[in-house]
Amino acid sequence: MAETITADPLTHEHEQHAGVVDPNVHHGHTPEEIRKEMRVYITVFICLGILTLATVGACYGLKLPSHMAILVALIIASIKAGLVAAFFMHLISERKVIYAVLGLTLTFFGILLWLPVHDWLDKFGKYGAK
Amino acid sequence: MDAHAHAHAAHAELEIPFNVHPRPDTGLYNAKLGVWLFLASEVMLFGALFSSYILLRTGAATWPRGWEFLNVPLATLNTFILISSSVTVIMAWSYLRLGDLKKGRIYIGLTLLCSLAFLVVKAFEYGHEFAEHRFPSENNFMAIYFTLTGLHGLHILGGMVVFAYLLGPGAKMWQHERERYTNRVEVVGLYWHFVDLVWIFLFPALYLM
Repeated sequence: MAETITADPLTHEHEQHAGVVDPNVHHGHTPEEIRKEMRVYITVFICLGILTLATVGACYGLKLPSHMAILVALIIASIKAGLVAAFFMHLISERKVIYAVLGLTLTFFGILLWLPVHDWLDKFGKYGAK
Repeated sequence: MDAHAHAHAAHAELEIPFNVHPRPDTGLYNAKLGVWLFLASEVMLFGALFSSYILLRTGAATWPRGWEFLNVPLATLNTFILISSSVTVIMAWSYLRLGDLKKGRIYIGLTLLCSLAFLVVKAFEYGHEFAEHRFPSENNFMAIYFTLTGLHGLHILGGMVVFAYLLGPGAKMWQHERERYTNRVEVVGLYWHFVDLVWIFLFPALYLM
């Protein structure tokens, strides 16, 4: 069967620029918009660099105690991961079906991480509070 | 119908639908939906290993701090290399969307160089660990360290193979199927950002906490 889709169903357009038909119509699709996105990518890169230095400085430079290092490192890593996912992976403006796939995945991922934490809390309840 | 028209019709019948343009219902072309489903399985793979890490760490009477013996400056350098490669791959995609194959290929090449640099630095780190007689059998920390970083390194290697293909023979697709080539760079970029994301958590978990 030949491919028959010629227009994006959500925007009802199928734009063409510089000889390239852009299927990613939810991203910028004029050269100006693409260049603007590229500047955003550079900004995100700078932020990621600063956050990396902040993590190393706090946890390695200041030699924070273990529980503080875990807290600081996880908070900064989550911000960095959020930046990568939102801007580099375009989750800030993605299709609903991808959000659905990720929602289901993150639910099971949460369960996976909850299992050892539950085990630790169980041990803490039995032996830790005496 | 002449022979040429007949061949064209036969080719059109064999063409896979939504290979380049998005489906009306999902708004996605095949490869993009495919790579996201693959990444979902990857989340569960690394999730299981992170879960094991937490289980080992919380179950241990004592747990070493990675920075006491692992090389934090080298790992920090690798973090910068990896986030740089995330930027170069997305710049490659952006330039291809602008119709500039030359710059697109330059950035794909830079991504390939970054990934190679990451593995070289990692090899130095592994070499140092082995020289100090720290092997996976040493303790649970070293076992999970080598498992997590080894699996992550294999993902880097996999990405390098795809980048090398897109830089070399795969780039011929640009001559007749520009959109499809651009889409290929986008989906490998999504995979690459995921590999970067994993490292963003691996680095503090193994070296800093």
